[in-house]
Amino acid sequence: MPILSFIDLEKRCREENKSIYEIAQEEESCLLDTAVDVIRLKTLENLLAMKEAVKHGLNSQEKAISEWCGDDCIKLVERYKKRPALFGRTFEKITEYALATAEENLRMGRIVACPTAGSCGIVPSVIIASAEEEKLSETLQINGLLTAGMIGLIVSNKVQLAGAVAGCQAECGVASAMAAAALTEMRGGNVNEVLHSAALALKNILGLTCDPVCGLVEVPCIKRNAFLAIHAVTASELALSGVESKIPLDEIVDTLKITGQLMSPLLKETAQGGLAKTPAALELEKKLFDKD
Amino acid sequence: MEQKSLFSVISPIMVGPSSSHTAGAVRLGLMAKNIYKNEFSKVHFVLYNSFATTGFGHGTDKGLLAGVLGCPVDDPIIKDIFNKIKHIEYSYDYAQDISRHPNSVDITFDDKMTICGDSVGAGEIRINCINGFSVDIDGTYDTLLLMYKDRPGMISKVSGIIQNQNVNIASLHCDRSSKGGTASMYVALDIPVGEDVVEKVRSIKDVFFVTNVRKLK
Repeated sequence: MPILSFIDLEKRCREENKSIYEIAQEEESCLLDTAVDVIRLKTLENLLAMKEAVKHGLNSQEKAISEWCGDDCIKLVERYKKRPALFGRTFEKITEYALATAEENLRMGRIVACPTAGSCGIVPSVIIASAEEEKLSETLQINGLLTAGMIGLIVSNKVQLAGAVAGCQAECGVASAMAAAALTEMRGGNVNEVLHSAALALKNILGLTCDPVCGLVEVPCIKRNAFLAIHAVTASELALSGVESKIPLDEIVDTLKITGQLMSPLLKETAQGGLAKTPAALELEKKLFDKD
Repeated sequence: MEQKSLFSVISPIMVGPSSSHTAGAVRLGLMAKNIYKNEFSKVHFVLYNSFATTGFGHGTDKGLLAGVLGCPVDDPIIKDIFNKIKHIEYSYDYAQDISRHPNSVDITFDDKMTICGDSVGAGEIRINCINGFSVDIDGTYDTLLLMYKDRPGMISKVSGIIQNQNVNIASLHCDRSSKGGTASMYVALDIPVGEDVVEKVRSIKDVFFVTNVRKLK
């Protein structure tokens, strides 16, 4: 039986006394008709591509076509050298890696969509930075990424993960839930804690619109990756402390879908409303098209 | 409901900036190329809705072109595709049509074949119309696609040829313009069939078009 809801997933984990990543890799191995090890290897390939993207992003200041963005990550790196962040090195790395990846994306560099390209910095920054600082093994990181994948997969069974369909809640919002689940898994959380961390992250981002200035994946997309990566950590810390979402994850996903349907098309990746229509955005738009 | 892969959520490894508007566009182009198969000298794209309004900023135009030329989604060439292409003529139109998916495109090769598709999120795509006939191809299966004059017995003839190769049919769909008019059939297969099968299907009376569409990686 395919797992189509989080209730199904929780039940399977409980009955078979398994973690979410174990169910995820077994399901995937059946689906692709291949060994669990091959699935883990494929997951590792994605993890390594994520690390490559972070590395490239940290070492580049190349601007996007628009010339507005592409040099924010370096500003963080320089500042942290002089003055450490309030929350310590893990916070510093998560914000750096999220911006590094998101900036690499806007340069048309090579990234891993997770779940989408616009939200590509969230899951990698949380997994890679926390693994480095907490000395978490590659095995644990693969477990984390598989857990994140399973969360995203079940959400995507109910709602398409596209800003054009349900706004940014379906992209950066879902990425944040995936990252929260990965982090909770990697830090030894049980199945319930993993699911509650995803629920807490997703619940607190419902209604987020997709209103990119000039339709570019730049403003506000790049910086949003850093914000929602940290959002995921908040959710994970709460869940690991035993804080539970009063609304079950399945119902939050249904709410996300309905909220997406209620959202005006002007706020769903059309660049015809929201931030995209502010005077400052229109000014940027004018400059961009004058340049052409 | 068909089960989806975990790697539809994690991956593709791709060039940015948008999975639906860049990678999805490349994959729509690749799929269209797999369907048309012939060399072409001219390609025309009509971008709809969000593809039309924000496509420029997401490199949708570049992605579609790179796709029909066979570039994979993580090919660094996509960024500079306009500077690399000399030998084919390409053009774009932009339209709004609320009856279409938010991220939708028509791709026409050499004024001979028009393929319509949607980018449905996270780089996933769906081809839903070829020369006016409805299909539903998402690139996850090798597919045998044919057009013919509607008449009884066509399904059994085609499935018989496939069965003789010991290939399992995952799904089969037909559509027709009218009774006895032009009809289309697409057959999703668990393993690809060879060109010999295509030839055999082509030799069936009243079949006027058949192609073997490879799945996307």
